[in-house]
Amino acid sequence: MSTRSIGQEFVKGLWDENPVFRQLLGLCPTLAVTGWVINGLAMGLATSFVLIFSSLVVSSIKKFIPSQVRIASYIVIIATFVTIADRCMAAFFPLISKNLGPYIPLIVVNCIILGRQEAFSSRNSVGRSFIDALGMSSGFVLALLILSSIREVLGVGTFLGLQVMGTWFKPWIIMILPPGAFLTLGILLGIALHIERKTKARK
Amino acid sequence: MTDKIIILQSSPHFKDKDSVPKIMYAVIISLAPAIFTSLYFFRFKALVLLLSCVAACLTTEALFLFLRRKPLHSLLDGSAIITGLLLAMTLPPSLSPELAVIGAVVAMAIGKQVFGGLGNNIFNPALVGRAFLQTAFPVAMTTWIPSVMTKVDILTYATPLGNLKFENAVAQGTLTSLKDLFFGNTGGCLGETSALALILGGLFLLFRRVIDWRIPLGIFLSLTIFTGIFWLANPEKYTSPLFHILAGGFLIGAFFMATDMVTSPITPLGAWVYALGIGLIVGLIRFFGGFPEGVMYSILFMNTFVPLLNRYTRPRILGGRRKG
Repeated sequence: MSTRSIGQEFVKGLWDENPVFRQLLGLCPTLAVTGWVINGLAMGLATSFVLIFSSLVVSSIKKFIPSQVRIASYIVIIATFVTIADRCMAAFFPLISKNLGPYIPLIVVNCIILGRQEAFSSRNSVGRSFIDALGMSSGFVLALLILSSIREVLGVGTFLGLQVMGTWFKPWIIMILPPGAFLTLGILLGIALHIERKTKARK
Repeated sequence: MTDKIIILQSSPHFKDKDSVPKIMYAVIISLAPAIFTSLYFFRFKALVLLLSCVAACLTTEALFLFLRRKPLHSLLDGSAIITGLLLAMTLPPSLSPELAVIGAVVAMAIGKQVFGGLGNNIFNPALVGRAFLQTAFPVAMTTWIPSVMTKVDILTYATPLGNLKFENAVAQGTLTSLKDLFFGNTGGCLGETSALALILGGLFLLFRRVIDWRIPLGIFLSLTIFTGIFWLANPEKYTSPLFHILAGGFLIGAFFMATDMVTSPITPLGAWVYALGIGLIVGLIRFFGGFPEGVMYSILFMNTFVPLLNRYTRPRILGGRRKG
């Protein structure tokens, strides 16, 4: 059982235990779909949906899951919500669904989701698990937003499709290509680590 | 010294007159012929690119030294100037200076300082900057202009290797002459056009023993053998090894980029493996790759193996086990 207050349970996902910057989980979608803000946002929201509902279900039936088959059970629960998310996106946002391609079904294997079930939902109350999932989701969406904003603004000069850079600006095509994802993530991780060390030293 | 039978001292035990600035300034001197030919062939455009790259490299280095609270005097060791010069030498003359500045900042910041500064970088900083520019601005980086010696009034121009790859120059008989390649009267990056100037600079470095002779020789041998086999098998389709040595960035790469002390192996055997690998990959990219030129990628690729090569070719310590 966690000893944090409910507020801390939410806030830890934003920074202290941010799934991308601190835990380095879920890096595949982080690198693959953050070329455009709209794709990053859609990916973040779809993952959040799956994470929050899986946590709710897992934490409410945790007593009935035999520990020998718990991973398989989590995966079945996660896959159910991924299928719902995948079909809903294909129905209501066909264009985004097409852009994200196989990455929506691949949310099933996103380490953040399985990690939270194993580490948190399976041993905490429904309410706490919900808050934890909400915090982790917000942290993930935040990371994807930061990454995709940097990449879209520098790579094409737009933000959510709106022109933000002047005509003088020559887009850095590399930023929307895979190397741009690695460069941006690497620099952001460096900055995150630096901030972490600074705050630790101050304490 | 009567009471000291054993002198205890920490390494290095062997010292000589060489120092970082001394080596760096020898490299700058060796680049002088190539710089002069680039100024001669591309005039004002070359001057602007050289100055903006060097200025941007020095500024970025100074900024990082300041942020990391390191002494600013290491700015004057010459390494930032060399990165700037080498980067400018690998840029097309028509490139606008602000893009060159972006490349220089990337070279110093991502190529060198994020790893911890001089001596810690894995990749050649100038080539990191160029690789970034190549991917970020593919059109600007492959727009070539002829040297001012070309009498015909044309706006764009193919490099000798681009001509070879995309225009089927061997069959049409429009291949750039070896004489033009040798003296540098052809299209290309600032510093790669004149083979003569680069050979002069390279010989100076070899003579001063600033660079390891195994590296240029190994790259030279492996490219010659590789292209030679194809040339002898089918001279209708493939060009001679001599053309491949004189054209493109081969000489500047072999003498100035691959031999960077920080990013090349320290053991003789490691240097041979590294050099043969570079030459082979250059040949593979030129013959079968999507790009006309592959010197940059082959050097960056082999750079990644340098720590591994250093580890596996470590000489046996005297008295140590033969295997272990």
